[in-house]
Amino acid sequence: MKLTGAQILCESLLKEGVDVVFGYPGGQVLPLYHTLTQYPQLRHILVRHEQGAVHAADAYARVTGRVGVCFATSGPGATNLITGLANAYMDSIPMVAVTGQVPRAMIGRDAFQESDITGITIPITKHNYLVMDVADLAKTVKEAFYIASTGRPGPVLIDLPRDIQQECAEFHFPARVNLPGYKPTLGGNPLQIKKAVKLLGEAKKPVIIAGHGVRISRAYKELKFLAETLQIPVLTTLLGISGFPESNPLSFGMIGMHGLAPANMAITNSDLVVAIGMRFDDRATGKISSFAPHAKVIHIDIDPAEIGKNVAVDVPIVGDVKTVLVELNKEIGPVRHDEWLTQLSDWKKQYPSGIDIRESETILPQYVIRKIWEATKGNATVVTGVGQHQMFAALHYYYDKPNSYITSGGLGTMGFELPAAFGAQVGLPDETIWCIAGDGSIQMTIQELGTIRQENSPVKIAILNNGFLGMVRQWQELFYQHNYSSTPLWCPDFIKIAEAYGIPAQNVTRKEDVGAAIKKAMETEGPYILNFVVEPEENVYPMVPPGAGIDQILHEPLKEAC
Amino acid sequence: MASNKHTIVALVADRPGVLNRMASLFRRRGFNIDSIAVGHSETPHLSRMTIVAEGSDSQVEQIRKQVEKIIDVIRVQDISGLDIVSRELALIKVKASAETRSEIMQIVDIFRAKIVDVSTDSVMVEATGDEEKLSSLYNLLKPFGIKEMTRTGRIAMARGGQVARREEAAE
Ligand SMILES: Cc1ncc(C[n+]2csc(CCOP(=O)(O)OP(=O)(O)O)c2C)c(N)n1
Repeated sequence: MKLTGAQILCESLLKEGVDVVFGYPGGQVLPLYHTLTQYPQLRHILVRHEQGAVHAADAYARVTGRVGVCFATSGPGATNLITGLANAYMDSIPMVAVTGQVPRAMIGRDAFQESDITGITIPITKHNYLVMDVADLAKTVKEAFYIASTGRPGPVLIDLPRDIQQECAEFHFPARVNLPGYKPTLGGNPLQIKKAVKLLGEAKKPVIIAGHGVRISRAYKELKFLAETLQIPVLTTLLGISGFPESNPLSFGMIGMHGLAPANMAITNSDLVVAIGMRFDDRATGKISSFAPHAKVIHIDIDPAEIGKNVAVDVPIVGDVKTVLVELNKEIGPVRHDEWLTQLSDWKKQYPSGIDIRESETILPQYVIRKIWEATKGNATVVTGVGQHQMFAALHYYYDKPNSYITSGGLGTMGFELPAAFGAQVGLPDETIWCIAGDGSIQMTIQELGTIRQENSPVKIAILNNGFLGMVRQWQELFYQHNYSSTPLWCPDFIKIAEAYGIPAQNVTRKEDVGAAIKKAMETEGPYILNFVVEPEENVYPMVPPGAGIDQILHEPLKEAC
Repeated sequence: MASNKHTIVALVADRPGVLNRMASLFRRRGFNIDSIAVGHSETPHLSRMTIVAEGSDSQVEQIRKQVEKIIDVIRVQDISGLDIVSRELALIKVKASAETRSEIMQIVDIFRAKIVDVSTDSVMVEATGDEEKLSSLYNLLKPFGIKEMTRTGRIAMARGGQVARREEAAE
């Protein structure tokens, strides 16, 4: 039986197990949207801006481990996906984006709402397709999902001319893909694993740095086994947070620019770094020349191009983190590193600044995060925007639940939090999702409150309202002589905005009300917004100044510079 | 970190945009492409590209790994360290009068190049060889007056049994 291109796409999505799509219609995807109503199994969620669709699909993918799917029309619809695609690309998120395109005969003529979206997205997608023959469509979808979800995951875009959506072809969904140029390596090289085992046996001061790869490959058990058997302290990157339980005595927290002092000190003094599913981002390493100067490096990553890219590696192991760890774990036996662990614990006592909250009459953002943690007992998924609030949420909530900290790491996209929290809630309908928002960040995609209301999504939103673009203001304070150029931020009355969207909300201005407000939000069915008016000039500490080594830690505000 | 020229050969699927992907990747990673030459390979639907780029060994290794990630790239190899044959083709249109023509022909002969077109005031020379040979030919012809020149950029292949092709030939 012949089907239209639009039907072939829908059928193919069903074959891939897709049940939810985030999107926004328009002229060049009309045939697809027309067809969608024949497929009630494909729940389409209408967002308010295409950036909302792509971030929602992104977070949906992060929490479920499935491929997130979004639709947009051609031209402005497609270009509105750019930030979200770049975000998904930087954080290795499996995603398939389908965009409408002008009919084939119009391509290249600057037709109304034409944009060369495959050309534009080459550097920010893992792969992309412009479908020029309806007979290729099913195969293209199969390939797109395969590429998006295997190896190092990433976004794949399919550009679909309008006439292809209408043309008919036989529907054959291929059982397998055949991509001779794409063969991800899953298992580690046995020789390299042997070498790693040897180094692990010799190390006196080893550390594990767990990155996003641990979470992507869901290697929680395997990481725990490795760390506990060999008694190695575990540090995480920002995206590695919630890959290893922070209540574990071997957990020493986040590394990098806002990493905890003991974690950064441990790296600097270590003799072996076991980097697992991380890519040595400059925000994690600080100045490369002073990163782990005394250490040998074992690097496990599925992407061979990551190995040796930023840091010289002694033992490269290319493969899926979980598979490699299973193999590695077979070869190891119990070891102790008591002296080393004592040293780390001493540092922890010596430098408590990262997690201590100072006394204050006013509401400190850290305090709000801590109270949310207390109220949820850690049993929630936290989604953040980008800025100080993101770092406070990283440092002051304790992540024991696997994969429970969702943030934009690689691209650092303000405006990620609201659509992502919504997308996460779609993926985890029965779980508590807390959206930790900045007053600046949330305003970039605040229209997604409309989506949240329309879907009655029970997202709990905490705005940490400091009246500034806080993180930038912090840099201006520390490194630009307090010159607050364009960082004071006028905010609308968030309560009235919430009211306009039909979402219950509450201002919280007194410290003693914080706990009760959080409780109220959690007891209220459906979405809830809390606007916490926090200390305006609170800073994130510890901090490693940009360009410095990660052991050059600022624990306190600098005195007035020059 | 010695910076030198590297010859990279890639076997790629004949798909629209492959060249764009390749060029875009070099640009994004901050690499200058000296030359890039593409044409059919021994296998239908597959093309072979030769890219000449400058960089340290580790930079080129990184770019090679990044190129390998392009889905349409089936295989890629830095053949700089191998024993290779590399060639470039040049067409050079030189001013030639009745008096200078025989002198030009002599030079062309020495370089085992060919004259492929003659007009009243010029000749067109076709030459193949490595870049140095073509450059010396060019330098010798320059005094006569070069009207136009075009060069293909390098294509290259490893000598002997070393083959840069798809390992699993069967689909
Ligand atoms: C789209 C985008 N634009 C600009 C930036 C640069 N930037 C990083 S943090 C930040 C300030 C964020 O302010 P706010 O959301 O109020 O959060 P706070 O730091 O105050 O917690 C800015 C402007 C960015 N990361 N993303």
